[in-house]
Amino acid sequence: MSLELKRITKRVGAETYIHETSLVLEERSFNTLLGPTLAGKTTLMQLMAGLDRPTAGEIWFRGRNVTGVPVQKRNVAMVYQQFINYPNFTVYENIASPLRVARMAAQEIDRRVMHAAELLRLTPMLKRRPAELSGGQQQRTAIARALVKDADLVLLDEPLANLDYKLREELRDELPRFFADRNCIVVYATTEPGEALLFGGNTATLHAGGITQFGETAALYRRPADLVTARVFSDPPINTAQVVKRGGEIRLGGFRLPVGQAAAGLPDGAYVIGIRPHHVTPSPVTANAAPIEGTVVIAELSGSESAVHFDIDGQTWVSQSPGIHPFEVGSVARLYVDMDHTMFFDLDHRRVEGAD
Amino acid sequence: MNKTVNQRAWWFVLPVVLLVAFNAVIPLMTVVNYSVQESFGSNMFFWSGVRWFEEVLRSERFHASLLRQLAFTAAILAIEVPLGLAIALAMPRRGPWVSVCLVLMALPLLIPWNVVGAMWNIMALPTIGLLSEVLHGLGFDYNYTREPAAAWFTVILMDVWHWTSLVVLLCYAGLVSIPDAYYQAAKIDGARAWAVFRYIQLPKLRYVLTIAILLRFMDSFMIYTEVVVLTGGGPGTATTFLSIDLVKTALGQFDLGPAAAMSLVYFLIILLMSWLFYTLMMRNQSR
Amino acid sequence: MAQIQLRELRHSYVDQPAADSDWALKRLTIDWADGGAYALLGPSGCGKTTLLNVISGLLRPTGGQILFDGRDVTDASPEQRNIAQVFQFPVIYDTMTVYDNLAFPLRNRGVDAREVDRRVREVAEMLELDDMLRHRAAGLTADGKQKISLGRGLARSDVNVIMFDEPLTVIDPHLKWVLRSKLKELHQRIRVTMIYVTHDQTEALTFADQVVVMNDGEIVQTGTPVELFERPNHTFVGHFIGSPGMNVLPCEIADGRAAFGGLSVESVNAGAWRGDGGRLELGVRPEFVSFAPAGADDGIPVRVVKALDAGRHRIVETEHAGHKIKMLVPEGEAIPSDTAHVRFAPERTWVYRDGWLVTGEGAAR
Repeated sequence: MSLELKRITKRVGAETYIHETSLVLEERSFNTLLGPTLAGKTTLMQLMAGLDRPTAGEIWFRGRNVTGVPVQKRNVAMVYQQFINYPNFTVYENIASPLRVARMAAQEIDRRVMHAAELLRLTPMLKRRPAELSGGQQQRTAIARALVKDADLVLLDEPLANLDYKLREELRDELPRFFADRNCIVVYATTEPGEALLFGGNTATLHAGGITQFGETAALYRRPADLVTARVFSDPPINTAQVVKRGGEIRLGGFRLPVGQAAAGLPDGAYVIGIRPHHVTPSPVTANAAPIEGTVVIAELSGSESAVHFDIDGQTWVSQSPGIHPFEVGSVARLYVDMDHTMFFDLDHRRVEGAD
Repeated sequence: MNKTVNQRAWWFVLPVVLLVAFNAVIPLMTVVNYSVQESFGSNMFFWSGVRWFEEVLRSERFHASLLRQLAFTAAILAIEVPLGLAIALAMPRRGPWVSVCLVLMALPLLIPWNVVGAMWNIMALPTIGLLSEVLHGLGFDYNYTREPAAAWFTVILMDVWHWTSLVVLLCYAGLVSIPDAYYQAAKIDGARAWAVFRYIQLPKLRYVLTIAILLRFMDSFMIYTEVVVLTGGGPGTATTFLSIDLVKTALGQFDLGPAAAMSLVYFLIILLMSWLFYTLMMRNQSR
Repeated sequence: MAQIQLRELRHSYVDQPAADSDWALKRLTIDWADGGAYALLGPSGCGKTTLLNVISGLLRPTGGQILFDGRDVTDASPEQRNIAQVFQFPVIYDTMTVYDNLAFPLRNRGVDAREVDRRVREVAEMLELDDMLRHRAAGLTADGKQKISLGRGLARSDVNVIMFDEPLTVIDPHLKWVLRSKLKELHQRIRVTMIYVTHDQTEALTFADQVVVMNDGEIVQTGTPVELFERPNHTFVGHFIGSPGMNVLPCEIADGRAAFGGLSVESVNAGAWRGDGGRLELGVRPEFVSFAPAGADDGIPVRVVKALDAGRHRIVETEHAGHKIKMLVPEGEAIPSDTAHVRFAPERTWVYRDGWLVTGEGAAR
């Protein structure tokens, strides 16, 4: 029981929006599509829903070929970034609208609407119109309308992007709860790696119209298949550098750093290393933390964390650490690189591992 | 985004297709038919090929009315577009007066065209007309039934009164859609009103102005009713524009061949010039 | 550069304001020092954009005064106040080149051509636009256009203050980081007073030296990011800043000590409470809650509900006596699976009365 995309492509004129892609989404799974703007997330979701036809390839749902089946015949619900509600319907009518179209009995409609309203904490607002609601409440109404349909496939296209920071946090916290008891496949598109991590489930990283990797979120985060995936899945941006490995060390900007366990068995040669900002710290966190130095360009203290941007090996690296660590701009800072969490990529930018 | 194909939609189009076929396509084909034939009475038709077209294109009378038409359209565009834009700029964008202004602007557009002609006819009458009185009072020797200049003046004045509102409403809609932040930024940058117009409003109005100019061009090129009611095409042939000339030829002399040829030529001229205008303006847009 | 002072500033969009809710700004008095980087942080509708427009002169306040360097500018136009503003979406003059866009405010003030050229090139180099000067402004990406908006403000050497109204809204997330850091770098370099309005605490806390937290038309607290983080004056500040926000738990005070869920908890200010009633709450940030080592039984017994992976740490939700307690656990540390004990860092645990921090003089207003 699943949604399968078999080698689908989407071309419009001379442009390829989606390169040949295959994907299998399991029943009752929460899947995040993660990627920058224009990576193809919305196009992919439209293909999944039946709002658009792929130029090539097939889409199968629960063992049936649904390629080209229009969205009206599929059981799909979609939530958009802009809070899309019927402006002249009350919240109750908005949530009830798909059920009225399906000509359900009034009693059943009422039961489902009240249940969804309670889940989304909209019960006191049922008689209001969308214009009288705050942004967060409008989006909840849109989500309730998507839930009440009991769809097989629920697609959410960056639904929290237009909300205030704190509202986003709240709704993000609650979102998994809405889908907990349902028998559907959820696909959630976002540009923020943090959201993908918090949801758990599975993640597909998208870049320039192709899926670079798909799998369990934590696994993708900690063991990305290539540098593109590692980059997409990093916020703040991942620190990279070209290095040469000789024996048990690499040289970076005049510093020699011992390679960690995971890379000790790699053959000597040129590599690209990637290390996330929170693995570069002002004080050694693990036993295998190698010191480097660089001139401080920017120092940011944000209450709970400190970030410092410094120059090393001709580029700017970022270090992020909890707590307050003041640095003077222009001074030379000493920072420690956690070599156990340093990722190695070969010259084709594929991640490599080699334990001794 | 491609929508999935729904064949049933064609049935909805059918009534319109039939309507257009009867009202436009078949008459057009009839005209084409007449334009290549010579008729004696209503039953005898002889093929004459391009003879009528040659005659029309060589006819001095046609040249004269074409020139008159071009001059008229040029004058109309030169007055109505800047005037319409200026009025739109002066209209308030917020507050209680907005609806009042919009209604006032819409009024001239609602009056039937022959009534417009009749109105101005009365106003321009040498003895009792308001316009006539005012001009005489200002010292002008005004008589639109005898002086070609006066007739042109009156016809142009009437058209400006009638149609400037259209330009105003289009430009107003365009102006209102410019976000406030642009004006705020201009204020902060210390820009004067002229700079605001030139660098913010005009660029943002490009699309709307294109439509306004195109509409006014096509309509003024086809003007008939108001002018006929006001001056009848006179004095003499002073205000005989293309469509008036066409009707005189076709109905007055019952010469179907030349009339049909003339209307086709007329149609092609409008088509060509509209296309030229449109391409020129669109090219400026996409650059 | 200017020192900005607001005195008893209030504003209402309604003609005859009657109720409290009619006022968008309610009696603000605040001083901003010259050359500082400030952020106005608050949820939608808190009045931050109204305040910004009042300072820039785009909006005339219903009451109160604004002073620039001691001079009353309440009636002055934006041009007279010498301010620059960057809006939510890029506002550029489409028909002009990047160079002309940057030169526009200078030319309007009659600056001579050589000086214009010098300033424009200087600003373009600062913003890394110097190779785009001859391009048409309309052809740039969103972040390029925002840089032009910013550049127009920087070009004027006499600018008193630069205001930012949620400027990164339309910027791609991966460029937000870059642009944010660039703003900070710029401020460190040219030291013009900058006021940055946002609802995003990350933006506010990384950019500003001083953050003004607003809610419902009022200033709730002003302080450095560190101060706001370690010592929130109000539970709203505690909740709004920090991701996740501060844990706010109901408590009681007996004999100068706070008690939550029947257990005694050490706090900084329980002793300052004057026993005058009110709703008492305990506030402690998830960063300052930790698991007691296995086997230890001091602290608060909790049930571990769920753990979310956030990359550099895990957000763990626990529960005691029906109340949620969130905590941050660094990467690599073990999380107990079922029940455990948690400790609150005593120097970071505060007592609040009716939402306000309890201090010696009663509520900290």
